[in-house]
Amino acid sequence: MKILVAVKRVIDYNVQVRVKEDGTGVVTDNVKMSTNPPDDNAVEEAVKIKESGKATEVIAITIGEEKAQETVRKALAVGADRGIHVKADGILEPLAVSKILQKVVEKEKPDLVFMGKQAIDDDCNQTGQMLAALLNWPQATFASKIEVKDKSLDVTREVDEGLETISVNVPAIVTCDLRLNEPRYASLPNIMKAKKKPLEQLSATDLGIDTKPRIEQIKVEEPPKRKAGIKVGSVAELVQKLKNEAKVI
Amino acid sequence: MSREVMEYDVVVVGGGPSGLSTAIKLKQLNPNINVCILEKAAEIGAHILSGNVFETRALDELIPNWKDLNSPIKTKVKKEKFLFLNKNKSLSWPTWLLPKVQQNHKNYIISLANLCRWLAEQAEALGVEIFPGFPASEIIYNDDGSVKGVATQDMGIDKDGNKKDSFESGIELHAKVTVFAEGCRGHLGKELIKKFELNKDKDPQQYGIGFKEIWEVDDSKHEEGLVMHTAGWPLDNKTYGGSFIYHAENKQIFLGYVIGLDYQNPHLSTFDEFQRFKTHPSIKKMIEGGKRISYGARALIEGGLQSLPKMYMPGALLVGCDAGTLNMPKIKGSHTAMKSGIIAAETINEFIKDNKDLSSYEEKFKKSWVYEELHAARNVKPSFSWGLILGIIFTGIDQILFRGKLPFTLKHKHADHECLKPASEMPKIEYPKPDNKITFDKTSSVYLTGTNHADNQPVHLKLKDKDLPIKYTLEKFDEPAQRYCPAGVYEVQIENNIPKFVINAQNCIHCKTCDIKEPSQNITWVTPEGSGGPRYGNM
Repeated sequence: MKILVAVKRVIDYNVQVRVKEDGTGVVTDNVKMSTNPPDDNAVEEAVKIKESGKATEVIAITIGEEKAQETVRKALAVGADRGIHVKADGILEPLAVSKILQKVVEKEKPDLVFMGKQAIDDDCNQTGQMLAALLNWPQATFASKIEVKDKSLDVTREVDEGLETISVNVPAIVTCDLRLNEPRYASLPNIMKAKKKPLEQLSATDLGIDTKPRIEQIKVEEPPKRKAGIKVGSVAELVQKLKNEAKVI
Repeated sequence: MSREVMEYDVVVVGGGPSGLSTAIKLKQLNPNINVCILEKAAEIGAHILSGNVFETRALDELIPNWKDLNSPIKTKVKKEKFLFLNKNKSLSWPTWLLPKVQQNHKNYIISLANLCRWLAEQAEALGVEIFPGFPASEIIYNDDGSVKGVATQDMGIDKDGNKKDSFESGIELHAKVTVFAEGCRGHLGKELIKKFELNKDKDPQQYGIGFKEIWEVDDSKHEEGLVMHTAGWPLDNKTYGGSFIYHAENKQIFLGYVIGLDYQNPHLSTFDEFQRFKTHPSIKKMIEGGKRISYGARALIEGGLQSLPKMYMPGALLVGCDAGTLNMPKIKGSHTAMKSGIIAAETINEFIKDNKDLSSYEEKFKKSWVYEELHAARNVKPSFSWGLILGIIFTGIDQILFRGKLPFTLKHKHADHECLKPASEMPKIEYPKPDNKITFDKTSSVYLTGTNHADNQPVHLKLKDKDLPIKYTLEKFDEPAQRYCPAGVYEVQIENNIPKFVINAQNCIHCKTCDIKEPSQNITWVTPEGSGGPRYGNM
């Protein structure tokens, strides 16, 4: 079984994101970038499946500017076998990303495609689903547990009502939740070895995909500042304020 | 426990200006030397904080064509001001009356973090291997006592010291020469200075704590290239310190404050002094209506030549402020740190090629312009132990009339941790509440640093005696850790009338002040898990 794992380069989750003064986006200059956290879980799961002998190859793929390669190198350092970088500049929308992934899937013929449930930068949560539609494959989203069977997967999903376990036939798309596993650290010797693993370079143009955004972004602005809270003296006062000031009851 | 070993010709601990310069120079001298740099931050630059008005002298020597390489050194200093402040007024000091070392017209306003990111690109292009996220946590010695290399931190240990599922053992890096470039109060540098008695017959090291904020202000309040310094209010005559205000590119103002850690009053809160400073009318008017976008703090070296330890030992060298090459009256350490790195690289190259002893590092250092600079600067900081006014008068005589050539050397008498007086003997200080426009609290400030440490890991601020903070330090000094820490790591919480000392290690911004100022030297800063700490942008 062959697993393709998609990873995205995003602003590190610890960074305090700042909106550009002219409202055209957020500041990315000199900002620490990292792999989208649930994508790390996707890589970890794929590597674990390989280590258990149920997969033969793990391929990490990223789409984006030159520096996006760092995320593939990181995946290679924690156990992926080889990497693919599809060069594409500018804003990439989920549809363009899933079309690129579709082309790569057709070429590489993996049995499974893993990725994070959503990216922490645009929070779209669409790529996995769109890719499943384009390929006409089954999808298991928000996976918090994956069990590999012979020709199928049992995937436990975190849903509002609790945990739901579904069975999907292979080939399939799985989008991964943060609780799926604890990603391992890349060790220094493995980072060195990862530099020697193959990393294939493609471009969106080579694959014949137009990545031009279809959605026009009008403005980016900061959410309004929260007002400071107040302390109320009694339940009666609280009820009175909820009724007359907040007008919620 | 046997760990995996990697062999290099040279291992550099720390990816700041001195470490990067060492690595770059080594590769320039001999491309076949294997060099790697270990950096505890998640990326190069993320733990770098500095003013910074940059003198290009060392960079001109290291990378003469830096102007053609899209370096982040762009904003020339155009105008300078020096103000003495009292509570409401300011007195402008004519710049022609400033000592030559404080004149900046040939210098640039830069972000040192960005300069380091750029230097790292230059280093990697030359073949230097850089490993961010890997703190060197331990020194490895040969049987003969010489330095063999370092070990990186184990990853994936829980707070009780047990291995988690994700446990990844640290590895040993062995080298012909290990270069320690951790910056001020490096925790391995500190061990080496003690073990090899590198500070024997030297004055105790002197430190300061430096704060910095970046503000984005309106065009009308911004004067790109303006460099301004102040002395005086809010500090009293006895406390050494002052501010910097640099108008950088992109409508940003780099605003900061440095306070000597030899202050005496345990009630003094370094953070609040800085916040209060911004309310002075001549400062407030510059940032009013603007937005604070970054905050950070870092200890710095102020001891100069009298406190500079021996910088070589068998198998290893100290460079930059891991030794203490900062030029205090010049308020600059980047160029001297870089130059010390360049000299270290030349020494190592001769050591590897001709087996020339590492002690030639000190000879080369003494012949260099860094030594000349530090020698001329040596008497300024100690003179301020007589107070601000006498310090200024002496400095005027020493620096303007004699250009640092007075035939005597003043001594630093005390280590900073010995300077605190008992809380009961010193006046309490009432600090104004933050207004959340000009002044802020520690929590919202630390939030801007992007600081994080993976949770469930051992506390990286070690107490030698865990009862001392409450039993002794609280009673005698009102536990000053609550006030010298710029990140709110230390708290004394009262539970059922019993005081409890709490360490919020997750907030630590790696400034090292606690390791320096704790009156009984009871706190030791050690490396947390890799990538922990702040994520500074253009600091």
